[in-house]
Amino acid sequence: MLSRTADHLYWMARYIERAENMARVLDVTYRMSLVPHAAHSEEDLWMLPVRIVDDVEGFERDYGAYNATNVMRYMALDERNASSIFESLASARENARSVRVAMSSEMWESVNSLWLELQQRVRNGLNEGDYSEFCEWVKSRSHLFRGVTVGTMLRDDGYMFVRLGTFIERADNTARLLDAKYQQLYGPKSGGDEESDSSGDYYEWSSLLRSVSAMEAYQKVFRDTIDAGKVAELLILRDDMPRSLHTCLDEITPILEKICADRGMECMRQAGELHAKLHFGRMNVIADTGLHEFLQDFILLNNNLGVEIQKTFLNAPIR
Amino acid sequence: MRAPDGKVRPLYNALDQWLANVSHSQLTQKAREAELLFRRVGITFNVYGEDAGAERLIPFDVIPRILAASEWQRLSDGAIQRVRALNMFLHDLYHGQEIIKAGVVPSSILTNNGYRPEMQGVDVPGNIYAHIAGIDIVRTGENQFYVLEDNLRTPSGVSYMLEDRKMMMRLFPDLFRRYSVAPVEHYPQVLLNNLRAVAQPGVQDPTVVLMTPGAYNSAYFEHAFLAQQMGIELVEGQDLFVRDNAVFMRTTEGPKRVDVIYRRIDDDFIDPLAFRADSMLGVPGLVSVYRNGGVTLANAIGTGVADDKATYTYVPEMVRFYLGEEPILSNVPTYKLELEDDCKYVLEHLAELVVKEVQGSGGYGMLVGPSSTKEQIEDFRKRIKANPGNYIAQPTLALSTCPTLVEQGIAPRHVDLRPFVLSGKTVTLVPGALCRVALSDGSLVVNSSQGGGTKDTWVLNEFQYGMQSESQEQSTC
Repeated sequence: MLSRTADHLYWMARYIERAENMARVLDVTYRMSLVPHAAHSEEDLWMLPVRIVDDVEGFERDYGAYNATNVMRYMALDERNASSIFESLASARENARSVRVAMSSEMWESVNSLWLELQQRVRNGLNEGDYSEFCEWVKSRSHLFRGVTVGTMLRDDGYMFVRLGTFIERADNTARLLDAKYQQLYGPKSGGDEESDSSGDYYEWSSLLRSVSAMEAYQKVFRDTIDAGKVAELLILRDDMPRSLHTCLDEITPILEKICADRGMECMRQAGELHAKLHFGRMNVIADTGLHEFLQDFILLNNNLGVEIQKTFLNAPIR
Repeated sequence: MRAPDGKVRPLYNALDQWLANVSHSQLTQKAREAELLFRRVGITFNVYGEDAGAERLIPFDVIPRILAASEWQRLSDGAIQRVRALNMFLHDLYHGQEIIKAGVVPSSILTNNGYRPEMQGVDVPGNIYAHIAGIDIVRTGENQFYVLEDNLRTPSGVSYMLEDRKMMMRLFPDLFRRYSVAPVEHYPQVLLNNLRAVAQPGVQDPTVVLMTPGAYNSAYFEHAFLAQQMGIELVEGQDLFVRDNAVFMRTTEGPKRVDVIYRRIDDDFIDPLAFRADSMLGVPGLVSVYRNGGVTLANAIGTGVADDKATYTYVPEMVRFYLGEEPILSNVPTYKLELEDDCKYVLEHLAELVVKEVQGSGGYGMLVGPSSTKEQIEDFRKRIKANPGNYIAQPTLALSTCPTLVEQGIAPRHVDLRPFVLSGKTVTLVPGALCRVALSDGSLVVNSSQGGGTKDTWVLNEFQYGMQSESQEQSTC
């Protein structure tokens, strides 16, 4: 398929996934802010979404104080913020518009109506009472889009690039979310094996699990009280948890094998290396290196893989 | 819809009865439904100038325009005849120029902006230049059809013919039971077959692509739509490159050879090495490959010389010259302002005439005398005097009207018709057309860029008209 077409499909999927993950983070942060606890201030709480996207400077310049109204406005609908849900969905739609031929008409309609409805919501404004409903809406539209993709798109190269985009982005987002939460609770030196018996921690970790739809999964898998180390294990190493790093790489590796065919490409090697880290990794080893270091390393390698995919397939050189 | 005596034409009887039985609010409701659907599917066009970049819907009118099969037959024969002559003219102009030698067309045509010296002596497959032609036709009386202009460069609008039909069948299935409407849905198949047929000789299983200037072009929706309907790649200039006298597209599996380019980008922008050097939309070296027979372009380069408003006046003569036939469709009488007598007459009668720029299109740069203010007329007078050769003038025609849903109810509005003539192995049209309607009362300008709308066009496929066999024949070409 045309490299440019593959590029648009890949980025369309990445942006939709990004919007969904941001909606998850905002929703959970908002819910957390409703539970009274002394563990941290409103400021700490609302700084998390901004830290996940590495945009503390931009936020503080434009808004100043960390509170629900400011962060929601900045991360949900601010057109000047390249990481906002609004901008992500705008980019998704712009990418989709350029290649509507390459997808099923249901997919296009799903992206386009998402965009039209979003504009309506921007016009109506976002009030405190709407936060949860708005985040739910973004999540469900993303679910719908993914479902429509799986249910209607021809299993051609285009489909594989859509899926590739989804999982590269999801791996990145899950790693960032986990890292930001650890840092918020334990500071940058945390190892992942901290004692977490206070009830405050229960709310912290259960909210994180809820943000990645993993609360029930945690209880099914561990049948135990919620503990930071196990949460990390679930979101990093478990291959049956749909948003874990391991599962993302489980999806990415075979797709790359298919589109690389036998061309022995660098991105295959990189994906294989990353996959092996997760497939053969052990939680105690990760804790020894330091969870923060492990996640930072993962984010970097995952990003390199994205760059390599871009170079190999999407901006194909002339000769 | 009505004959000059005010009676409903028999063709419209069923529609007239149906309209009498539906309320205005029902129709408005349907119109709203249509608008919602069009917006959801994203059938939009981009507007240049003010509000640039905005996406707008072309207003869709829910009341169809109806043509009898016999009327259609005549239009169809006339349009095909015209396009055959125009293709022969283009071939002749870029080869022996017999028509100039015979004195039928003046040699001044070689100084026309649309004439491309690069094409002189170049052979194109099947000697076809205008593979897709949109012929704008208006009606002024029972049997009076005029060709307003021939669009031979990159005519657009066919997606509305197809989408309007789809919409009508969705909104009013009952009407389709009452009428037997000739189908148009096979247009993309006919087009694809034609495009494959014009690949360079010797190419097996040619790769056809549609080349668009990009998502910000006013007709982008149509480009995407047609590419999807034909199952071909929609490419931009940046996706193509030239190597070893061939054109390739960049794919995820490496370069792939392209044989036929259905291009929806103007000559000027297609190759920065050949034409406008500042074009970011084109493919460097494309024209040189094209001239050496490494790729086919549809439409060919240099067709603009034949659809220019100054060349238009010679088309009936071309039909006689090349085909030895009498033209089936008439031209609108046209004054060429480069001629002194014509210019004098036009300047004296500006308030009654329509004046157009020779190179203009899309309803920009024209004066409709009867509906213009004194200042507009005086302004145009100055422009004409500065460069008379740049203008032609035509009498204001009493365009036919068609019932149209407007705020106050159903009212007559002026319409035109653009059928699309496809040339490949054969020259054909599908039985339908883009019908444009001027939505404001009394307006004669139907261009979508000027607020015009569209209607579905029905060619009635009833047994007494013998339409059935005709449409089958056309779909098998």
